[in-house]
Amino acid sequence: MFSLRDRNLAREIISNLKEKDLSLNFMHVCGTHQDTLMKHGLDVLFKECGVNIIQGPGCPVCVTTPREIEEMILLAREGKTVATFGDMIQVPGEKQSLRDLRGEGCDIRTVYGIEDAVDIARREEDREVVFMAVGFETTAPSTASVVQQHPPENFSILCCHRTIPEALDAILSMGEIRLDGLIDPGHVSTIIGVKPYKFLTEKYGIPQVIAGFEPLDLIMAVWLLVKQIEKDKPKVENEYTRAVKEEGNIVAQKLLKEVFTSTDIKWRGFPVIPESGLILRDRHQEYDARRKYEDILSKLSGKTFREPPGCRCGELLRGLIEPQECPLFGKICTPSHPVGPCMVSVEGSCNITFKYSKRKIE
Amino acid sequence: MCLAVPGKIIDINEDKQHATVDYGDGIKRTVNISLVDAKIGTYVLVHAGFAIQTVDPKEAEETLELFREMIREEGG
Ligand code: SF4
Ligand code: SF4
Repeated sequence: MFSLRDRNLAREIISNLKEKDLSLNFMHVCGTHQDTLMKHGLDVLFKECGVNIIQGPGCPVCVTTPREIEEMILLAREGKTVATFGDMIQVPGEKQSLRDLRGEGCDIRTVYGIEDAVDIARREEDREVVFMAVGFETTAPSTASVVQQHPPENFSILCCHRTIPEALDAILSMGEIRLDGLIDPGHVSTIIGVKPYKFLTEKYGIPQVIAGFEPLDLIMAVWLLVKQIEKDKPKVENEYTRAVKEEGNIVAQKLLKEVFTSTDIKWRGFPVIPESGLILRDRHQEYDARRKYEDILSKLSGKTFREPPGCRCGELLRGLIEPQECPLFGKICTPSHPVGPCMVSVEGSCNITFKYSKRKIE
Repeated sequence: MCLAVPGKIIDINEDKQHATVDYGDGIKRTVNISLVDAKIGTYVLVHAGFAIQTVDPKEAEETLELFREMIREEGG
C-alpha cells in the first residue's frame, strides 16, 4: 500500500542512467538505505552505471562513542538498572559489552523504546533506571516527549542523541572524499523536513535528495541527483513525499526545542562536531543521568578510550573504506563475535555487508 | 535499532496519548501518538514506540505517476 513498485519504470531509469557514462560518488547516511541497496543488489547495479554509493555516519549505534558506552557500563556496575535498545547492548566497550555484564549480575534491560524504560521505573520503584538515549532526530522526539510527561524520580536519561545536518556539514568540510551528491535520510526528514539541509547546498553547492526506503525510491533519488548535476542546479529535493512533509513534524520540532539544547559532541570516527549533539536543558536536569550521577561518572573524567584494536569503523563511518577492506571483516569480526559497532548493529555497514555477502554464496 | 514501520490506527486509548496500531498480519501494538494528529483509520509511521508522522496511502500512487511522467519527458 505504501510500497512504491513499478519494475518497468525501475528498469527504464537504470538503462537511462547506464547510457550516461557517469562517474559519481553519492553518500547516504542511513542504515535502512544501506539495507535496501544491498538486499536488492542495487549497489552493483549503480556501480555498473558509474555511480558509487557510500554509507556515511548513518547508524546511531555505530556513531556512539566508546566513552558513552563506558559511562553506561560504569553505571550498571554501580548497581543501576540500565535500559537501552538491543543493538546498543552488544557494542563492545574497552573490555566488555553491556550484555557481557549480565553475566556479572548487572541489571541490563533491552527495550523497544523509552516508554518501556519508564514503565520499568514505575513498576520497580526501588530500582534506579537509566535509559541510554541514542538516535538521531527520528528518535529524539520520543525522549523529549517522555521528559515533558514527568517520569518518576527513579528514572533518568544518559543523552546520546545526535543530529544529522551538522554531521553532513562535518563530512563535507573535511573533504576527505569527493562527494557529488547526498541522499538524505527519509525518517530523520519526517521530523526535520526539508529546510535544515538547505545550508549544505548553499555552502558546498552539493545536490541533495531526501529518499524513502524502497528500491524505486533509491533509483529515483539517484536519477534526480544526476539530473541536478546535468542541469548544474543543485538544490534539496524531496522524493519521499508520502512521509516527508516540507515543514516536517512541527509538534516534534517544538518539543525538541523545549527539552534539548545543542552541544558540541564527538562522533565515533570523527573529531568533535560542533552543535551536533542534544543535551537536556537545565530545567530538566533532574532527569539528566550525567548530573544525577556526577560523582560516579567523574571516575571517567580525563580518561581516553581507544577504539577496539584493529577495527576500522572510524574510516568506514567517514566513507573512506568498504567493510571488506577491514582485515578483521568476516574472519575475526562477525555478527556473532563483533569487534566493532558496525558489525553489531543491523544498520551497521559491516553487519549488512556480512549478511548479504553470505546470501550470495548460498 | 530505528526502523520506522507503517501501520493503521484502529483504536485510541482513553488517555488520548496512545493508540492501537495494526501493522497487518495480525500484529498490533500500543503506540504513543502525541507527536501526530491522528484519528482512527489514519496511517502512521512508527519508530521506537512513537508515531513520528502520518502517511497518506494515496500519495504512493501519485508519486509513481509523477516519476513516470518525468521519465517520459526525458524521452526514455
Ligand atoms: S534513524 Fe532513520 S534515517 Fe537514521 S539510520 Fe535509522 S532508519 Fe535510517
Ligand atoms: S569488520 Fe569489524 S572490526 Fe572491521 S570495521 Fe567492521 S566492525 Fe570494525
